[in-house]
Parts: sequence; structure tokens; C-alpha cells
Amino acid sequence: MAKRSIIPFGPQHPVLPEPIHLDLVLEDETVVEAVPSIGFIHRGLEKLVEKKDFKQYVYIAERVCGICSCGHGMGYCEAVEHVMNIQVPPRAEYLRTIWIEMSRIHSHLLWLGLLADALGFESLFMESWRLREKILSMMDATTGGRIIFSVNCVGGVLKDITPEMLREISQTMDDMERELKPIMETFLHDYTVQSRLCGLGVLTRDQAILYGAVGPMLRASGVEYDVRMTGYGAYGDLEVAPITAADGDSYARCEVRLKELIQSFRLIREAIGKIPEGPIAVPVKGSPSGEYFMRIEQPRGEAIYYVKGNGTKNLDRFRLRTPTTSNIPPMLETVKGCQLADVPLLVLTIDPCISCTER
Amino acid sequence: MENRKFLTFARTSIKNLFRKPATVGYPYQPADYPERMRGHVEIKTDNCILCGLCMRSCPPGAIRIDRADATWTINRFDCVQCGSCVNACPKECLTLLPGYTQPASSKTEDVYQCPKRPTPAPPKRPA
Ligand code: SF4
Ligand code: SF4
Repeated sequence: MAKRSIIPFGPQHPVLPEPIHLDLVLEDETVVEAVPSIGFIHRGLEKLVEKKDFKQYVYIAERVCGICSCGHGMGYCEAVEHVMNIQVPPRAEYLRTIWIEMSRIHSHLLWLGLLADALGFESLFMESWRLREKILSMMDATTGGRIIFSVNCVGGVLKDITPEMLREISQTMDDMERELKPIMETFLHDYTVQSRLCGLGVLTRDQAILYGAVGPMLRASGVEYDVRMTGYGAYGDLEVAPITAADGDSYARCEVRLKELIQSFRLIREAIGKIPEGPIAVPVKGSPSGEYFMRIEQPRGEAIYYVKGNGTKNLDRFRLRTPTTSNIPPMLETVKGCQLADVPLLVLTIDPCISCTER
Repeated sequence: MENRKFLTFARTSIKNLFRKPATVGYPYQPADYPERMRGHVEIKTDNCILCGLCMRSCPPGAIRIDRADATWTINRFDCVQCGSCVNACPKECLTLLPGYTQPASSKTEDVYQCPKRPTPAPPKRPA
């Protein structure tokens, strides 16, 4: 047996996008095992729910993450609304859906940029982020914030999107879809990109299920599962078929995310076509009493929101299980047997968000 | 993997040489803020009744109210531009306007003087 050595990797490392620490057990250059540790950026946001009014907490919930902010706000609100038996107006559900799809586009483009950066393909990285800027401007114009929307409230949404803005969004989706074509071509067919991604970090279908992968990571291993199929928000009225790939390697994960971008463009256009008129929020009286589990599909995968109310304005408990938490075990499986130089790329392919994980 | 191509990005790269920059030359060119942007909180002091609802609704506790001096104080470095105070104000004196506030090397507070209102006279005791 070759001599084994252990290399500490992270939490601060030039190639790591997020502060996760891995102890890599190596045999020569090959990784035999990876032992993770997290907890470097715990902020105690779940505990704050006991101190703040449940309506005020929406603003804290959406600050758990800087990328899937809208989804966290929405997940929390939907959970509280279920506890309180509040029927959210259909227009509000559609608006939430449009916004969360916009943040999915922004998140996936961000990831593609980071992937290109990890491959050392700087111009592709810049090109992806140039496209992302368009969706950020659209979010800024409709909600007032480029990343943190602050539009969700218990009982509906705070802002409406005017018909002119809806037309503009629809137009932007068309433009972006056209501009994505050359980027997609490079990611999927370029020799350099393929030689870095194909066959790297294979996670088989059985492994994906066994280790509890979620989101694009799960779908890239060929499992047809997407929480949007459960029909929360306005997804019940829209056509959501999970996008899958068979290979389960890094290339498949990239392919799934690219195709999800196209799907999101379509979903937004479809939602804009179907959006009903009407109020955007209902008044909320009283305080929540009871508990509820809410699951939603964030850009990175399935997130779970648990709330427990005791009839006062402060909730007893709020628990958030983010997609990265469940994607870390499958990621550790994929790094086994790979080269040391590929570890940063494999960590990246789960689209990690460690600050979400630690809340 | 099937369908391998070379130089797939060359066209985009060459096109980009002749495109105008995608970014704005801030600060030499002014930044273009959309109308709805949540940049900073403004108060119309004339209408403020110092009820304190904004102070209680602010998640980070950036607002302070002093009834005795009739002042409304905001720590702009604590404010996260969430808009909770704007929705809570019964007199609609708060708004979120586009444009960020200036950076500084230490946290300071902005104090606004609100109109002093006579405290209502205590009810007369029945004779
Ligand atoms: S700004 Fe509005 S909410 Fe705040 S004290 Fe004045 S009137 Fe009350
Ligand atoms: S915008 Fe939010 S953080 Fe800022 S003062 Fe108002 S309530 Fe507080």
C-alpha cells in the first residue's frame, strides 16, 4: 500500500468559493477519503425566530442566503400561511413563482460562471456573468433589490408587477434565450470544457438516492424528481417536467443546469401569459399555532422549512434544511478516487452554499 | 463524449472586441437606478406623530425615537433597506428612495427634528 498523507483543504483556499473544510486522505495524488467539517460561519439565524415577530422574520429568513433569498422568504411564508390556514391570492402565487424562477436563472448563470472560472476559461466566465447582469437588472426594476427582494410577506406579496414590466420581462427572456445559445454551445461541446468535465466525479443513480442528493445533482444521475412537480405556488398550473441526464458526472450536472435555464425562461413566459388579475395579499390576523413542513425547489435543490407556532407572535421553532446540507455526503462520495487537482471542481459541481447550510 | 468541437468561443471573443463595454464607467458616468430601487429611507418629518411603530417593526433596530425631544433617529449603517418601517408607518411619512448612502469610516446616526406636538392634557377629574 502506498503511503497515505492527509492534506487540510479549506476553509480559506484560493480555489474554494465557500468556506468548507475537507481533510483529504491521499495516496500519492489520488484522494482516498474526504472528511468534512463545517461550522465556520454559523450565524444563529434560526434562533432569532424566538426574538422577532413572525411577520418581521421574513426579512431575516430571506437573508439566510444571498443567492436563493427569494426562495427562503417564500418557503418561510408558505409554511406560516399553511399553519394559519391563509389562502394566498392566485396573483401573489404567480408573482412569487415568476420571481423564484428569475432567481433560479440568476443562480444557475452564477454557477456556470464559477465553473468556467474553475476551468480557467475566463472569457466564458465573463460572458455568463454579463448575461446574468440582465436578470439582475430585471429583478432590481421589479422588486427594488438586485439580490434581496423583500417582496414576500405572510399573506401574499408586497409589490405588484405592472403589465408593461411583465411585457419587458417576457422580452428579456427571449433575448436571454437567444444570447445563451453560444454560451451553451461552448459549455456542452467545447473540447477543453468536455475534457475537464466528462467522466469526472461520477455519482450513479443508486448512490445519488442512497446518499440523499437533491436538485440538479440528483437529476444529473438520472432520477426524475423535482419538488416543483408537487404544485406549490403557481407550479400546479404550469408544466414542470424534471430535467435529467443519465451519466451522473460533472458534465451531466452542467448540462442539467443549462437545460433548466431554458426551462425557466419558458416557465416565466408561461406564467406571464396565465397570470390572473386580482389582489396581491390578504390581511393577516392573529398568530400562528401549530406546525408545518414546507418543501420547495430552490435553484440548488430541495429545501425544507419547518415552523412551529405557539399562538404568540414569536414562533417556537424554525428549522431550515438547505440543499447543500444534503448534497455534501454525495459530494464526498464523488471525490473518492479523483485527483487532488479535481477536488475544487467537484466541490463546485454541487453548487455549494455553506453559509446557507450553517445559517 | 460525442460532438466535440474546437474553438467554439472564438466567434463570441472576436465579436466582443468590437462591442461597447457591458459595464458602466461609474463613478465617471452616473449609475442608473430603477424607480423601485430600495436605496435609503427618507422621512417627511411634518407628518410624523412619533408613534414608534417604525422603531418596533425594524428587524435590525436601526430606528430610535425620542418623544421628549421629538426626534427621529436612524443609523443608516444598521439599516438593511428591507422596507418594513415603510409598511408599518400609519402616516405614510417614510419612503425608500433609489441611491445608496455614502460610506464612512465610523457609524453615525442621522437625527431628524419632528414637529413638537402638545401632549394631550390629562382628563379632568369629575367634580
Ligand atoms: S415615521 Fe411613521 S411610524 Fe415612525 S414614528 Fe413617525 S409616524 Fe410613527
Ligand atoms: S428599511 Fe428596514 S432596516 Fe431600514 S430602517 Fe426601515 S425597517 Fe429598519
